[in-house]
This record gives sequence, structure tokens and C-alpha cells, in this order.
Amino acid sequence: MDNGKKIIMENKDQEKNSLYLKLIPYFDRYGILLLLLIMIVVMHFLQPDVFLSWRNVTNIFKQISWQSMLALGVFMVIVTAGIDLSVGSIMMLSLMILAIVAKAGAPWFIVVLTPLVAGFLCGLINGMGITLLRMPHPFIMTLGTLYIFRGAGNLISGGTPISGFTDEVRYLGHGRIDLTWLGLEKSQYLPVSLVLIAIVYIIFWIFMNHTRTGKWIYAIGGNPNAARASGVNVNKILVIVYSLCGFLSGIGALILAGRADSGYPNAGLQSELDAIAACIIGGASFFGGRGTVLGVFAGVMIMGILRNGLNLMDVSSFWQQVLIGSIIVLAVYVDVLRRDLGTRK
Amino acid sequence: MPISNQLLLEAKEITKYFGTITALENVNLKIHSGECLGVVGDNGAGKTTLMKVLSGLYKPSNGSLFFEGKKEVLESPKDSQNLGLEMVYQDLALAGNLPIGENIFLGREPTRNLGLFKLLDFKKIKELTDAHLGKLKINVKSADQKVEELSGGQRQAVAIARSTAFNAKVVIMDEPTAALAIKEVGKVLDLINSLKKTGVGVIVISHRMDDIFAVCDRVMALFQGTNFAESELSNTSRDEVIGWIMGKK
Repeated sequence: MDNGKKIIMENKDQEKNSLYLKLIPYFDRYGILLLLLIMIVVMHFLQPDVFLSWRNVTNIFKQISWQSMLALGVFMVIVTAGIDLSVGSIMMLSLMILAIVAKAGAPWFIVVLTPLVAGFLCGLINGMGITLLRMPHPFIMTLGTLYIFRGAGNLISGGTPISGFTDEVRYLGHGRIDLTWLGLEKSQYLPVSLVLIAIVYIIFWIFMNHTRTGKWIYAIGGNPNAARASGVNVNKILVIVYSLCGFLSGIGALILAGRADSGYPNAGLQSELDAIAACIIGGASFFGGRGTVLGVFAGVMIMGILRNGLNLMDVSSFWQQVLIGSIIVLAVYVDVLRRDLGTRK
Repeated sequence: MPISNQLLLEAKEITKYFGTITALENVNLKIHSGECLGVVGDNGAGKTTLMKVLSGLYKPSNGSLFFEGKKEVLESPKDSQNLGLEMVYQDLALAGNLPIGENIFLGREPTRNLGLFKLLDFKKIKELTDAHLGKLKINVKSADQKVEELSGGQRQAVAIARSTAFNAKVVIMDEPTAALAIKEVGKVLDLINSLKKTGVGVIVISHRMDDIFAVCDRVMALFQGTNFAESELSNTSRDEVIGWIMGKK
């Protein structure tokens, strides 16, 4: 009798447990979006008139536009269990090169290409340094280039801002897509940078999840020896990853050129830390192999909304720093708890 | 019974230096189809180095490899894979964050063309994985399960499945049962026996005499980087093999 009861209870426990376990993968995948949604709802109640207004929402997207590029680049690097501290400096150097080329009177299509090429080459230098010079950790190589690239940017520009670009150059960062043909008002436009974010993120989502190279990037983060033993050229993939990270920083520079209409020495200062924070909040693991493109986007959005919302409520930027720091610690702690539940030890 | 006794792989006078250290000196090895060769030796005897030379991970300082009678120079593990030589590593060489199927096909994923681009064919990966695991009678919940969620024995089974998914002719296993619970050892040994029946040549590196005497046809001992002794399993005993490991004949 007692035994029978016990077994039934155990069965119930198991059922409960298995439902719980079945939910984990979904929570794993979409939990961060839930957090984003909660933040949006909370902000909406705190600032009902302003927060979800067309103007404010487009503002948020404009504010996160170049950061989202850096975060995506750093994300790929973090998936390989690496780190790129130089993205802010790559962006600044690319921006300065763009500014100089623009001021030299080059046609707009060349000006637009320069930051992309410059960013890619900077990333290539990082990748080559890490693999060919066999730096003990990417932290060291990219810490070095953090100084080198920013120094180079100041050297070529003399450390002064260079302002004034043509509309074509500014289009990606500043352009507006008119929506009056949909019956919307003139002020309800779509920022070009928002469309650009969407396109770039979709392309990189496909790249990371549906191509062999993307799979290998995850495999390298999971177990580099396994990747090597499977015939994956780990060094080649790492060079590709760091180059793409630099390329994305170059896109960031192009967007920033449009938004700021200026190349300035402090561009992207400390933005590498924001990029890393967005990845971590979005669920990427520092140990590599874990994280999603969607998660990074959510991470960037959470940081953007937090800053925007706190600004709307007139909270000092000092508190913003404290809050963002707390969210990083909290997000990683949630990840630690989840991993304790989800995997065998 | 072996399907045939064709000579698959022969290593002749392999020497490997690491700086001033001599890890292997004039080591010879042969493996035939359907045969299981046990390689024994103390820690540092050169077993793992020899296997890494065979799989193309290390280049030998001297000596040559013959595959089905033809001399081959291996530049990378890819070259040995292309010849039909697969390695199951001691640390399993699986990426825990990827599902079973993607681990089995890692580095050789089937793709489908979408215009100019090649995209991974997840459906095909799953089909091939299910079929291959079924053939080897390996039971897992689903091919989509992540490897880090598996037990040690299941992981070893996946690693062996990985090595045989592409018509391997020779499979090298480094301590295949070292990390396993006792009840899982039997399953892995069964798996080795069924590989032999399909004509694969299996090289097993092991410290465990039980494993060697359960699956091997021939045993060879390395001592301080040299060939020390070799014998058909039927002509030797556990005590003798243990003596070889310690350098006594």
C-alpha cells in the first residue's frame, strides 16, 4: 500500500521533471527574448506616452545601429572561445580613413568601400597575429591592436575631427525610407540603418547556422581538438572569424560616419566593452561554442532600451553604468544555473 | 572470421623526434583487414605518438607509411581520412556543444546548393545518422541530442560511429574503454568485434589486458619508443604481455 503510493508519487515527480526538462531547451533558446519583452512592457508602463512612440523606437534603433555591428563581430569571436578588444579601435581607424578619403575628394562609392576594406584588413591583422605569431591568447593580440589601431587613427588624422560628408556616404547611417505611401505621416519614416541591421543579422544568422564554416566556428568553440581531428583547418577559420569581425566594425564605422557626419578621435571609445556585454547578456558563453545571433540582437536591444529608458526617466548615466553591470552579472548567473540543470557533470 | 587478410596499412621504420627527445625509433607496424591489433606499452612508450603519426597529425622525422601497398605522405588528418584511416581519440574529440549527428559529420557535412551558396543539409545529416547508428546498434534518444548530454559510453559509441561513417578501412582507437563504467565496456568491445566482421582493421591501444584479450588477434608492445615484442594472441599470455610492458622478455 505504502509502496504503491510511493511509486505513484515518484511517477508524478518524474512527469513534472520531464516537462521541466522539455521546457529547458525552449527557455535556453528564447529566454532572452522573454527578458527583452518584459523590459519593453515595463518601460511602456513607466513611460506610456513616449517609449513606444514611432520617434522613440526609431531612435533606439538608430542609437544601437553601429554597436549592433560590433557586437555581432565580437559574438563570432566569442563563439570560438576568443575575444576581440580592438573592435572600437578598428571602427575609429576605419572612420578616420573614410574621413580622409572623403576629404581628398574621392567619389562616394570609393569612400563607402574604404571603411569596409580597412576594417577587414585590421581584422585580418588580428587573425594573422593570433595564428601565425601564436599569441598565447587573443586577448593579448587584440589588446595590442586596441592601442595600435587607435594610435594609427590619430596619427593619420592628427588627432582632430574631420567633418562633413556627402549624402551618399551618410545614407546608411542617416538615410530615411519614406513611408507616406503607406498612409503614414512624414515623421514616421524607417531609418535605413534599421534595414541594414536586419539584413546583416539575417545574413550572419544563415552563415552561423546553415553553412559549414558557421558549424565549424561553433565546433572550434566546443572543442578545438575535435575540430582539428575532423580535418577542420582551425587557424584558417579563426582568421576568417577575426577578419569578419573587423569587416563588421568597418560597417559600424560607415554607419557612424552617417550618424555623426564626422570622423572624431573618441569614436567607439570603450565600445568593445559594450559589444562584449551585449554578447554576454545575450547568452554567449566565454568558454566558447554557445550563443545565438538572435541572442546577441536581444543583448544589444536590452542595452539600448535600458539606456534609452533610463534617459527618458532622467536617471543619471552613473546609474545606467551600475544597472548594466548588474544585468551582466545577473545574466551570467542565470546561465550558470541553467547549465547546472541542463547538462551532466 | 576475417573477410580477407589483405594488408591495409604498413608503417616502416618510423622515427619521431621532438626537439632532442626521441619519441619513436625505427618502429614497424602492420594491420590487415578484419584484424584487431593491440598496441601496449607503458606511459611514454610512444603509443600515442605512433598513432598520431599514422593519422597524419604528426609528421614522422623518418620512415614511411604504406597504405594498401602504396607509399603515402600524410600532411594532415584530412589526408589519412581520405585514405580510409580514422582515429578515435582518448579525449574522444567530440564537440559537446553540437548534436550527435553534427559531430559524426563534423568536417564532412553534407550540403545542398542554394543558388551560389552551399547550405547544410540537416535532413540528410539526420537520415544518415539514424541509419548509421542503427547499423552499429547504438541506442540514443535522438540524433539531435547534444553530445554533452550523453554518458561516457554513449560518447565513446558516438566517437566510434564517427570514425566509421565514411567507409573506414582502418580504425585506430586510443584507450577506447579507459573512461567508461564497467557495464559500458562490454558494449564498446562488442562494437569493435562487429567492426572487425565488416572487414575493418582495428588498432586498439590499451592498458587493459581484459580488452586486449577480448577483441585482439595480435598484440605488439612498444618499450621506450621501439618495437619490443609482438605475437599472435593465441601464442602468448597475459603475464607475458604485462612483462613486455615493463620491458621484460
